[in-house]
Amino acid sequence: MNIKTTRRAFLQGATAASAAMVVGLNAKGSWAATQGGEMMPNPFVKIAPDGKVTVVLKHFEMGQGTSTGLSTLLAEELDANWDDVGIEFAPADTATYMNTLMGVQGSGGSTAIANSFMQYREAGAAAKSLLVQAAAAEWGVDAGEIEVKDGMVSHGSNSASFGDLVGRVPEGATPNPQLKDPSAFTKIGADKLPRKDSTAKTNGTATFAMDVMPDGVVFAVIQRSPKFGGTLTSFDASAAMEVEGVVDVKQVPMGVAVYATNTWAAMKGREALTTEWDFSNAETRSQDEMEAEYSEALDRAEGLAALSNGDAAGALEGAVKTIEAEFHFPFLAHAPMEPLNSVVQIKDGKAQCWDGCQFHTVTQGAVGAVSGVGPENTSIETVYAGGSFGRRANFSSDYEVEATMAAMALGDGRPVKLVWSREDDVRGGYYRPMTKHRVRAGVNADGNLVGWHSIMANKSIFKGTPMGEAVVVNGVDIFSVEGVADTEYAIPNMEVTLHDMETAVPMLWWRSVGHSHSGYAMEVAMDMAAEAAGRDPVEFRQDLLADAPRSLAVLNLAAEKAGWGGDLPDGWGRGVAVHKSFNTHMAQVAEVSVTDGRVKLERIVAAVDCGVPVNPDVIRAQVEGAIGYGLGHVMRQKITFTDGEVDQSNFPDYEPLRISDMPKVEVHIVQSSEAPTGIGEPGLPPAGPAVANAIYDAMGKRVMHLPMVDDGVDFS
Amino acid sequence: MAITLKINGEEKSVEAPPDMPLLWAIRDVLGMTGTKFGCGVASCGACTVHVDGEPTRSCQAQVGDLEGAEITTIEGLNTDVAAAVQSAWADLDVVQCGYCQSGQIMSAVGLLTENAKPTDEDIDSYMWGNVCRCATYTRIRAAIHEASKRMEA
Repeated sequence: MNIKTTRRAFLQGATAASAAMVVGLNAKGSWAATQGGEMMPNPFVKIAPDGKVTVVLKHFEMGQGTSTGLSTLLAEELDANWDDVGIEFAPADTATYMNTLMGVQGSGGSTAIANSFMQYREAGAAAKSLLVQAAAAEWGVDAGEIEVKDGMVSHGSNSASFGDLVGRVPEGATPNPQLKDPSAFTKIGADKLPRKDSTAKTNGTATFAMDVMPDGVVFAVIQRSPKFGGTLTSFDASAAMEVEGVVDVKQVPMGVAVYATNTWAAMKGREALTTEWDFSNAETRSQDEMEAEYSEALDRAEGLAALSNGDAAGALEGAVKTIEAEFHFPFLAHAPMEPLNSVVQIKDGKAQCWDGCQFHTVTQGAVGAVSGVGPENTSIETVYAGGSFGRRANFSSDYEVEATMAAMALGDGRPVKLVWSREDDVRGGYYRPMTKHRVRAGVNADGNLVGWHSIMANKSIFKGTPMGEAVVVNGVDIFSVEGVADTEYAIPNMEVTLHDMETAVPMLWWRSVGHSHSGYAMEVAMDMAAEAAGRDPVEFRQDLLADAPRSLAVLNLAAEKAGWGGDLPDGWGRGVAVHKSFNTHMAQVAEVSVTDGRVKLERIVAAVDCGVPVNPDVIRAQVEGAIGYGLGHVMRQKITFTDGEVDQSNFPDYEPLRISDMPKVEVHIVQSSEAPTGIGEPGLPPAGPAVANAIYDAMGKRVMHLPMVDDGVDFS
Repeated sequence: MAITLKINGEEKSVEAPPDMPLLWAIRDVLGMTGTKFGCGVASCGACTVHVDGEPTRSCQAQVGDLEGAEITTIEGLNTDVAAAVQSAWADLDVVQCGYCQSGQIMSAVGLLTENAKPTDEDIDSYMWGNVCRCATYTRIRAAIHEASKRMEA
């Protein structure tokens, strides 16, 4: 999702922060004590008598670094000692822990830091002001003369640790948060602040939902329809019940649940099931039929007008040279490393869910509604999520609801741990929409771009969902055309036409959403236009970005750091791409080598402007990771169908990026004082087209059909 | 039936059929959760443990074949090589989601135990079977080199 983080929203975030802070104050004034003598001056921080500071995280941690980022913001203003700072995940409590850019408690759209920047700083500053007041009262000195540094409060010869001051805040003291001037930051922007989740994730102690096994837990897997939209007509569980460890088999709304004393027995039991399905409302087409419909759509004259700026048709007619390119982008599964799973217990009128929960508000509502206990009686314990890339956040909380239904069908109050196998995951839908995108562009005799027409065909992610109303404008799902219809390039005559496609296969945002395909089409077509104009690809783009200074700056920085225009070894090629997404500006230069026709990714040089860089090392990590995630799919990955069934099943045929594929990556961060913007996703869109343009530079081949191996590119 | 497994130096009695994969015996029967399920077909390496010192995909090893074997999981790593690897991993902040990292570390310890000074090519070849969907691969390479340096010191 792309949620606007304009200056106005940035300031609104700050206001919301102040409002949210009030929630944490107790009736007596400012102090809400918790068990064990900790102080909890607001919903975002606890301070224990031993001096340990716990930051309460309203965002989940899927690897994107929010546990470090939110802690940095709060610890900066609190002036805590970084080594004393720990983390815990917030409960589901929308009013207190809302994502102020989304209006619900949840993570997505690369908004975590953007919406928390003021809120977590204010929370830290508020807590600090109370510690200062405690010390001032204790020592009988002016609060304004007290210094706070690295978890210590001092005045002259007096000093106290944070822990010493717990329980000593004067009755009725009210927080008086004073935010630092950015020049005084010691943690925000520090080049390397150790991640808060590194230790637990290197010694096996980090708890993921997969690791949650409450007393009495029953393991479950579900047999679902082999085609999307099919419904169960009958099943025979007799052989399944014979499998050692299987304890029960029940019908559930999406199929048949097999329960066992361990995951393996549940999977074996499922293999022994016999099921019959009605496919009359199911997707039964094969890939060729679906693609033919998409291609036909591109040829249709009528379509949804996503952008009509000037006279594109006239400009193309009058152009001295035109280029035409037709791109194909396959369905893609997210395939996070931790297969989807959730534990749900329904007992005594309450529901408890353990989950790597991304959309707390939606999941709390869905589990509460489906179980019948209501959201107010539904609690969620959030644990580490083993990746998501968008999959864990969806409109229906599909896999948590499945766990709830499985628990209800068992009906005995025991916790049910629903596990998806990798095959369930790869075949389970919620894919990145397959997209076909035809670009026609024209240049004039001066080598300037004069017209552009994009025609796109894909299935809307948002139409028909509770969020659809907000993002479907004149029939156009803005996420179907983002990165094209809102391009920063100053193209004088531009038209964008959209064709909505239909299928029973569920679609979902996938890391960088529409930008995951639009960035590729835009930037490869832009290279073709530059070539038609007889101009250098960087210089051609510089002209078109003259009024987009931040994108222009990252383009120039990437080109400079990569040595654009300099010599390369024989057989190498270089390509560039620049693409703004999630309000972050990103440019990348790729270098590839070609040996005996085999392509190797050598190096990506990235330049990024995401506003104030809160954690530069996390930013570097996210750009490295987004590049790798994007390139793996661009190189080899696709989901296809035969008679409505998914052809792929697991990593051997949904082949992920491996270490030997990974190029060297350099990330250069623009020092900015603008409001922070997204970083989890923006590294992805330019990586594919930069590589495609480098392949063209090296071997003269334009790659327009993804994955690249299907277009004859050999990465062996 | 009860099978006796020696895990991290301790004998453990496991109630399981002999064809149960070691992965599920470790996780669901013994409740040791540092070893992860990622694919079930030996294609991702998240379930890597050491069997008699060799990195092994526990999703493909059956408990009935492992009586008497020395099994080491992430929880039981205690060699100097392991200490170098884990400290390098933490200091370089390799992890993102972290779900694959137990397996990555078990493989990296295997590599450095065999080859104390691997090249990038050695690393790519040995670590090829360990998938990281977050693509932390550049840092995995760097951390293995760093661990190699720490082992010399």
